[in-house]
Amino acid sequence: MEAVNRRNRAKKYGMVIDLDKCTGCGSCTVACMAENNIPFRKDESDKLLSIAWLHVYKLTNGKPFPHTDVCYLPRPCMHCEGHHGHSPCVSVCPATATDYDEETGIVSQIYTRCFGCRYCMAACPYHVRLFNWWDPVWPDGMEKMLNPDVSVRMRGVVEKCSFCYHRHQRAMEKAYLEGRRELEEHEYQTACTQACPAGAITFGDLNNPKHAVYRLKKSPRAFRLLERLGTRPKVYYLSSREWVRQAGDNHLQQEKQKI
Amino acid sequence: MAFGIGGAVGTALSPLPWKLTDDLSIWTQNWPWTPVPPHGEVTQVDSVCTLCPGGCGISVRKVEDRVVKIEGMPGHPVNDGGICLLGASGAQLLYGPSRIEGPLKRVGRRGDGRWQPVSWKAAVAEVAGKLGVLRSGGEPHTLGCLLRSDRGTVPGLFSRLLTVFGSPNLMRMPSIQDTYELTLYQMQGALALPGFDVDNTDFLLSFGSGYIQGWGSPVHMFRAHSRWRNRGGRVVQVEPRLSISAAKADDWLAIKPGTEAALAMGLSHVIITESLYDRDFIENRCRGFESWVDAEGRIQPGFKQRVLNTYTPAKVSEITGIAAADVVRLARDFAKAARPLAICGRGRGRVPGDLGAFMAVHALNALCGSIQRAGGVWAVPEPDYINWFQPEMDKVAATGMQQSRLDGAGGPQYPLARYLTSYLAEIINAGKGYPLKALLVAGDNPAYTLPAGGNVRKALDSIPFIVSFSSFMDETTRMADLVLPNHIYLERLEDVPLAQGFSRPLVQLCKPVTAPQFNTRHSGDVVIDIARALGGSVATAFPWKSYADCLKETLGGNFQKLMRQVYMVGRGTGAPGHNAAFETASGKFEFTNPEFKIRPDYEPIEAEGDAASFPLVLVPYDSMRLASGFVADSPFMVKAVDDTVLKGRDILVEINPQTARKYGLADGAIALLRTPRGKARVKIYHFEGLMPGLVAMPTGLGHSAYDEYIGGKGVNFNRLIGPVQDPVSGLDAAWGIRAKLTRV
Repeated sequence: MEAVNRRNRAKKYGMVIDLDKCTGCGSCTVACMAENNIPFRKDESDKLLSIAWLHVYKLTNGKPFPHTDVCYLPRPCMHCEGHHGHSPCVSVCPATATDYDEETGIVSQIYTRCFGCRYCMAACPYHVRLFNWWDPVWPDGMEKMLNPDVSVRMRGVVEKCSFCYHRHQRAMEKAYLEGRRELEEHEYQTACTQACPAGAITFGDLNNPKHAVYRLKKSPRAFRLLERLGTRPKVYYLSSREWVRQAGDNHLQQEKQKI
Repeated sequence: MAFGIGGAVGTALSPLPWKLTDDLSIWTQNWPWTPVPPHGEVTQVDSVCTLCPGGCGISVRKVEDRVVKIEGMPGHPVNDGGICLLGASGAQLLYGPSRIEGPLKRVGRRGDGRWQPVSWKAAVAEVAGKLGVLRSGGEPHTLGCLLRSDRGTVPGLFSRLLTVFGSPNLMRMPSIQDTYELTLYQMQGALALPGFDVDNTDFLLSFGSGYIQGWGSPVHMFRAHSRWRNRGGRVVQVEPRLSISAAKADDWLAIKPGTEAALAMGLSHVIITESLYDRDFIENRCRGFESWVDAEGRIQPGFKQRVLNTYTPAKVSEITGIAAADVVRLARDFAKAARPLAICGRGRGRVPGDLGAFMAVHALNALCGSIQRAGGVWAVPEPDYINWFQPEMDKVAATGMQQSRLDGAGGPQYPLARYLTSYLAEIINAGKGYPLKALLVAGDNPAYTLPAGGNVRKALDSIPFIVSFSSFMDETTRMADLVLPNHIYLERLEDVPLAQGFSRPLVQLCKPVTAPQFNTRHSGDVVIDIARALGGSVATAFPWKSYADCLKETLGGNFQKLMRQVYMVGRGTGAPGHNAAFETASGKFEFTNPEFKIRPDYEPIEAEGDAASFPLVLVPYDSMRLASGFVADSPFMVKAVDDTVLKGRDILVEINPQTARKYGLADGAIALLRTPRGKARVKIYHFEGLMPGLVAMPTGLGHSAYDEYIGGKGVNFNRLIGPVQDPVSGLDAAWGIRAKLTRV
């Protein structure tokens, strides 16, 4: 009985991003940077070294003018469920610095445990993990804008999108104070969801039929990235364009149907 | 020996090296310069973002007195909780390294960047002294003032200062507002702002407008776009480049650049021949649709006749490069939509554009009755809350105000235009008119944002006394003689009189969310100080103790209300409807204004330069990730810029691979881009989505001022293009410039 209750209580926080609405403006990226104390350097144009938890990719259909099409795809951490919480990164971390939380479905990153071996970066098929090659430096006075809810990362550790877990903690604390154990949908939203000027990002509990994501993930327009790998990502995308849905996974050229 | 090897192997096998490595990494990770942000009481303060004219409500999260995060204000009529990336990085502007910390006086040569801090008292005395000389010398009209906007109390104070001082040379920065205002005036007789009821439209036809790239009120447009996606509204984008607006549209029509007006006329042709127009509106509410006989007894061709004679689909297809069948289909779809809306003004709308084209698009809306109706274009009344007493002007001021404007706006050649700021530099450099002897610059960065940047700098250089009111050490401020830094929007109280493109009048109040970081002063207060120091009738026109006093008096009872709720939606909510008369002399919508004989039409505006020396055409494109206006990017925004736009210090220009092959330009190659106005080092980026024969460059890069996070990256497009005058209105209508790319 206790086990059943536990399972019923378990959340599976996830995201649905409507690519038909996304304009690729990058507000999600910047809102994320401001929320999560992401540092910046003088030259950030080498994207392999640039730290952004949520990167907006530009996809093209590769057709010549005027049949060309482009689509932007914001990519946070997929918070892969894997099988029994064995997401690719969690499985390889020798330091237990990253963990799959069965209560929320969030893949955590504990900076003080991380010793920078970067196995997780190699294991992650989505390139969501980023390494701090340098200590973060803020120009004089700019450290004033740092958010006390999120620790600043030091050189030598890996970081990634946390689904703004600190917002979950704050919301839960408030709920406990009010004698509640459950959160309303609006009480826990990530910074990118909140900021998106197009309202393209929806966030919530994928297990909860009352949450918008529960319905949206079942849309015929829905797909996930690299589904064939069996990582069971918790970020869904919606697109009415067939080539965009196809671009979500690796396909052979003659292959028409998604598996 | 063996002992040594054994020892080494033994140590290697022991956990010691690993333990030491681990300890070392932990030790270095604990070096004390990784900041630990202090905790404290968390509060949210609502205000308005003024970083663009969009007028979004913001909710600022503070920890004690620190601004930590800026979010959109939920429930706000413009943005309802959404925020763009510039707005979201406002804290970086507040605390950024390019802020000016107090009033500065130039020492050394202009542009050397050597400054001496001065007191506010000394700075104001210096301005008053310099300006006083102009007045006592009987040439007050040689004072110029460049503002971003001419609405609201702070621009109002500047304007008042110039009036009582005696100068007609108040200038506003150019944008499509100039052309839309003229269009509304010509066709509807309204002194009004254009409002677009995008929430209720079900078919958006955009003539090159970057409707999700910053056109209008950016976040409001984003929300409208998402609403169309939910409700099945249709969007057609007409543009030579596959911008994100084109990619998100249901249909993208790649048109030859600069021919959009011909397409608008062609669509009207189909709508008229197939009788798809709103008969009631055209027959009862419009004039100039049918031909008429004028006072001299001559037959004047009406809009219908001109369209039918000239703009057949075949002819339009020839001009625009769009298939005749597509023209016909688009016209039918547009006219048959329940609430169609056509918009114009390319990209973000920085360049005013030609009046004939804007009127052609407005005429298209009129044909479908989409004027003053749900889902259409509304004439939003000018904000009317500033009712200051009429100031007394002394003789000097009265004589000065008699002088003609230096930019020629409202003069014999261009009677319609209110401002022709884009040409100021050319006029100054050519030595036409009279020399400007002093210039006040507030709220904008003309040395960066005006076209023909080289000319602008030269012109600024010839002005003996420049005062900048900027909060940042931008390009213009670097050329100033005196800097009187304003508080930034998070530190100041100011009315925000409109939200660009919003369909209803909206008055908002931007209020200080934190104390000023530096020794800055509100520009409103500084103007009052200057006026007072000038004395005489100038001083008596400014009886207010402070700017805050002035604002409270101006807003009256609404001040407290605005302090509480940030915004107030003005009268005229809901669609104005067709029953009210238009404000033209006839009371009707005018297809051709009989007074000025100005009418919707396609008059080709050629790109500057000759095709023989410059075989390609350079066009700009706007992106939300690059602020191309008076505010530069934030470090976060630069970070969000794709590496297909900026790589290191190099800007990437887009070119169709087919064109690139013709000129031997490999993807990623470095090339020299030349236009008649300048040259720049660029990196080649092959992009299939651009029409062959064009080169596309992002706007908003190439700042030569600011800090290393923002400046010294890429090329400023405005340096490579010059203004091209619309012969009718005199406004800048340049859409591109001829260019040449050579490998280096």
